[in-house]
Amino acid sequence: MKTVKHKILVLSGKGGVGKSTLSAHLAHGLAEDENTQVALLDIDICGPSVPKIMGLEGEQVHQSGSGWSPVYVEDNLGVMSVGFLLSSPDDAVIWRGPRKNGMIKQFLRDVDWGEVDYLIVDTPPGTSDEHLSVVQYLSAANIDGVVIVTTPQEVSLQDVRKEINFCHKVKLPLIGVVENMSSFVCPRCKKESQIFPPTTGGAEAMCQDLQIPLLGRVPLDPQIGKSCDKGQSFLTDAPDSPATLAYRSIIQRVRAFCHRHPSHEEEQRSTS
Amino acid sequence: MEEVPQECPGTGSAQAGRGASCQGCPNQRLCASGAGAAPDPAIEEIKEKMKTVKHKILVLSGKGGVGKSTLSAHLAHGLAEDENTQVALLDIDICGPSVPKIMGLEGEQVHQSGSGWSPVYVEDNLGVMSVGFLLSSPDDAVIWRGPRKNGMIKQFLRDVDWGEVDYLIVDTPPGTSDEHLSVVQYLSAANIDGVVIVTTPQEVSLQDVRKEINFCHKVKLPLIGVVENMSSFVCPRCKKESQIFPPTTGGAEAMCQDLQIPLLGRVPLDPQIGVRAFCHRHPSHEEEQRSTS
Repeated sequence: MKTVKHKILVLSGKGGVGKSTLSAHLAHGLAEDENTQVALLDIDICGPSVPKIMGLEGEQVHQSGSGWSPVYVEDNLGVMSVGFLLSSPDDAVIWRGPRKNGMIKQFLRDVDWGEVDYLIVDTPPGTSDEHLSVVQYLSAANIDGVVIVTTPQEVSLQDVRKEINFCHKVKLPLIGVVENMSSFVCPRCKKESQIFPPTTGGAEAMCQDLQIPLLGRVPLDPQIGKSCDKGQSFLTDAPDSPATLAYRSIIQRVRAFCHRHPSHEEEQRSTS
Repeated sequence: MEEVPQECPGTGSAQAGRGASCQGCPNQRLCASGAGAAPDPAIEEIKEKMKTVKHKILVLSGKGGVGKSTLSAHLAHGLAEDENTQVALLDIDICGPSVPKIMGLEGEQVHQSGSGWSPVYVEDNLGVMSVGFLLSSPDDAVIWRGPRKNGMIKQFLRDVDWGEVDYLIVDTPPGTSDEHLSVVQYLSAANIDGVVIVTTPQEVSLQDVRKEINFCHKVKLPLIGVVENMSSFVCPRCKKESQIFPPTTGGAEAMCQDLQIPLLGRVPLDPQIGVRAFCHRHPSHEEEQRSTS
């Protein structure tokens, strides 16, 4: 990990809130600067969504003398996922915890990322093997921070508070919270509806309560689902969507966090 | 056998007790002796326990956030509307147990008696069990690796005193991992009637759901069918129907035709699904006044 400047985990206690969507678009957004090297690592072993969202289905991983080669979307954006190791995208990976842990160790130890500015790690929902393992294996390598993803309803926030609790227990710095699926604007009459009503005040109230930054609120836009299914960047498919503007602001805040908190590697370099 | 090394080869493996990662494991001698490969006695105990449970239904999805717990809860409510039908709802999502909240049972605790753990009753004929009832606070994270989660699931199946039950509905977390393998293994002698698979319309969900269906075939679980949630949204003002999660590859309907599995139904998005469940269990001051006057 010495060649990786910044490491960001994307977590949520809850499934289906848009972790992989955010991870992918964080990667796309950071990689828009050709001089920024970005790596996206998908450690969701049972439900690896990243290959599809990045338009890399069917790609395979190659081995070389220096390790496993990531799959490149762009010259400066490489991706790794268990999805690339399956014969077919419908193959179920039916592994218990210990075997998943072994895979995550291999991803972190054996993938030849090269010089990377940002490594984004997409995770499955929960607070179990995958989460404990990635924190443990990166314990000497210094994780910059965590982005927590939620949706507005209390059923999600309840799981997300557990995830925040997990971050405190394992001493992970919190960059902040992203609230996805905040609202939906009817394309015909423009009425705004809250499909997942924030009965307890949504992420905003939770963030105030726990003193954590709210990085942004992303509205529902059917184009997001379409772009993800097609493996295209929503940021380029719908540049004027309010959701794109929200994502861009979030990406900027993540970038700013990393620059305000130089990594251990950067500090070493600046003192040498 | 709760604490195992992270690269444990598996107690049933030929390498059990002999692999490099077995060094230092407290169970190494047990595995090396071949005892680890013997069937878990709990399986027979659970078979006995399940003799009072007529029908067992698992609710699965490869994908998170598609509405498994919502469906499980409403399946339970719907079946229990007949007072003569005894219904049990078991939540085996150890990390993210949503069922207590959805059933309006937050803060409830589990009681132990001579005949085992007592479920928490929503109605006389609807009992619920979840790890959520064992936490001091709903925000407490359950940060357990697979083996410890498996132990909890075994206890739920073996030690909960469900009594005579017509339907046991088991809500699961997303994925195809420890919880899923364990519930199938522990119920292997007790006969699971079938599985309801939940999805949403977009391909990113269907991809994970096909894996789950693949899992069901591998472990020989009968499929009752597929439910597609969040199918569409009707604007409350102008009534325009929008597909918020577009079925770019034909949605659950196309997948079900392709895999020859029944499509049980398509449920539209309705914000009330989230609000009503909350309000029903939190009667307003006025409602409480009315009911006591």
